[in-house]
Amino acid sequence: VGKSKVDEEVLDELEEVLITSDVGVNTTIKIIQRIEDRVARDKYLGVDELDKILREEIAGLLAENNTKDLSDFSLPEGKKPYVIMVVGVNGVGKTTTIGKLSAQYKRKGLKVVLGAADTFRAAAVDQIKLWGERVGVPVVARGMNTDPSAVAFDAVKQGVEDNADVVIIDTAGRLHTKVNLMNELSKIKRVMQKFIPDAPHEVLLVLDGSTGQNAAIQAREFTKATDVTSLAITKLDGTAKGGVVIGISDEFKIPVKYIGVGEKVDDLQVFNKMEFVDSFFKKSV
Amino acid sequence: MFDNLSFKLEKAFQTLKGQGSITEVNVATTVKEIRRALIDADVNYKVAKEVTDDIKAKALGRDVLTAVSPGQLLTKITNDELTELMGGTHQDIKLDGNPSVILISGLQGSGKTTFSGKLASYLKGQGKQVLLTACDIYRPAAIDQLKVLGEQIGVEVYAEPENKDAVKIANNAIKHAKDNSKKIVIVDTAGRLAVDEAMMDEISKLKEALNPSETLFVVDSMTGQDAVNTAKAFNDRLNFDGVVLTKLDGDTRGGAAISIRRVVDKPIKFISTGEKMDAIDKFHPDRMANRVLGM
Ligand SMILES: Nc1nc2c(ncn2[C@@H]2O[C@H](COP(=O)(O)OP(=O)(O)OP(=O)(O)O)[C@@H](O)[C@H]2O)c(=O)[nH]1
Ligand SMILES: Nc1nc2c(ncn2[C@@H]2O[C@H](COP(=O)(O)OP(=O)(O)OP(=O)(O)O)[C@@H](O)[C@H]2O)c(=O)[nH]1
Ligand SMILES: [K+]
Ligand SMILES: [Mg+2]
Ligand SMILES: [Mg+2]
Repeated sequence: VGKSKVDEEVLDELEEVLITSDVGVNTTIKIIQRIEDRVARDKYLGVDELDKILREEIAGLLAENNTKDLSDFSLPEGKKPYVIMVVGVNGVGKTTTIGKLSAQYKRKGLKVVLGAADTFRAAAVDQIKLWGERVGVPVVARGMNTDPSAVAFDAVKQGVEDNADVVIIDTAGRLHTKVNLMNELSKIKRVMQKFIPDAPHEVLLVLDGSTGQNAAIQAREFTKATDVTSLAITKLDGTAKGGVVIGISDEFKIPVKYIGVGEKVDDLQVFNKMEFVDSFFKKSV
Repeated sequence: MFDNLSFKLEKAFQTLKGQGSITEVNVATTVKEIRRALIDADVNYKVAKEVTDDIKAKALGRDVLTAVSPGQLLTKITNDELTELMGGTHQDIKLDGNPSVILISGLQGSGKTTFSGKLASYLKGQGKQVLLTACDIYRPAAIDQLKVLGEQIGVEVYAEPENKDAVKIANNAIKHAKDNSKKIVIVDTAGRLAVDEAMMDEISKLKEALNPSETLFVVDSMTGQDAVNTAKAFNDRLNFDGVVLTKLDGDTRGGAAISIRRVVDKPIKFISTGEKMDAIDKFHPDRMANRVLGM
């Protein structure tokens, strides 16, 4: 079937939707290619079917080598305490995500310990302590300007002593271009491993949903330094779409676990591929 | 990640020359490379289209195709266009009124509080008496954060931890400044999304009440396509005077700078290049153009 005029228009529109959702040029080309292949194969008829195919193909990139979406905030079995280290560049929402995640675990009756290992940014320890109070979970801290790996060690140790289910370590925001700071993350991991050899069981990279193509570089560099195992995308309550994560998930095979949709304690959701993709096609204000 | 644009263009032109055909259609092909580079650098899709249309018109006017190295010439035209777009020369902030009020606005986590501290330190360095004001009454430990920074730079921070009315706090701060002969009041505010009506109302009211001599919009230079929506929405409500681009110490191309400038036509006045209090700089459009183009 040769391409009709509608096809070109539809594809142009699609390109605009994807690019303006921060999907990026390369991934957009990849998606359009997949759709063209499939249209040629399936002899597509109407716009409605194209719409469906499109969503499936995008979700497919998110899913290809991934686990299924989480259905709730449960912890994997068999690790107690399950240690999560949270990393990311400055201001993306790490500490807030930790607060929200603690609340979800607490609600399930799980015992949570937080580690205040951002000892650098002004009042970072106070911030996570306030989250701890708000949620009702203990925060292990040594104060500002102390060694973050010592704090992480203390937190993991207290997690074991208290028979906690989960220990979550907050870290200072750092740009991936700063070698010393990236090495510091490896050190925090190593020090925790002195106490629990396979800790951290999860390295959660937090990405700001309004970040553009730089998020892909963040994913690459943080993965190099810390073996990132999962992603959270924050600030999706605004008009930004967070589309860059499609290419990231496709390239690095890291699942997106959570999305942040506000500043309040309940504003964290488990990631849902189809809803995420659908949000690209909703008209923003 | 990005190949040098100039190199790419040169290659594209070589292919064209090999074909021996020099037409407008061919310029369009190379201009497409420029558009792609801009979009890769996070320039907004529509803005990138408009800008490359302008570049194309200029290129055709200057016989790019017959130049010795058309790629280089086209790159120069592009670079000049972006530099001009971003405002040509540096623009200072206005400091009128007694005290002069500087209102800081922006999305969550963009770097407002850190920048407030830096600006205070910068102005203090010019011999000015500055008062920082903590009007973020929402974020956990926001007041403490500003206080820590104030202490670091030796600038007083005005705060009312129990008061939940940002406008009242700011008004009291101005009174306090007058009583203590502070000439400049920098008002740090909570991060907010443009779609949050209640919060946008709050900052509009702050602006009305304070009549600032300078309202600044602080934006993370890693911002993607949404930069235009947010900048426009903030500008519609605040009619801000200038933009601050933060976190330029990283490796982002910073295309948001171009998008914002094009959409709201307000100058970028400062850049922020680190977490420390001295990591503040004036904005240089030509350097930013180079950066966006990966040169
Ligand atoms: N609208 C919205 N704001 C969020 C979300 N997550 C976090 N924030 C806000 O973003 C700002 C930064 O959040 P933090 O949790 O301090 O970010 P961080 O990554 O810990 O920052 P650093 O430790 O300074 O690197 C705060 O104002 C948060 O309230 C979200 O999902 N939506
Ligand atoms: N690398 C780098 N980090 C910065 C820069 N400016 C701010 N930061 C960091 O970015 C994070 C957020 O900065 P804040 O000043 O707290 O941002 P904010 O806009 O006040 O955040 P909210 O009040 O939560 O909306 C902190 O970790 C800062 O240290 C910068 O220019 N470079
Ligand atoms: K959104
Ligand atoms: Mg933090
Ligand atoms: Mg702040």
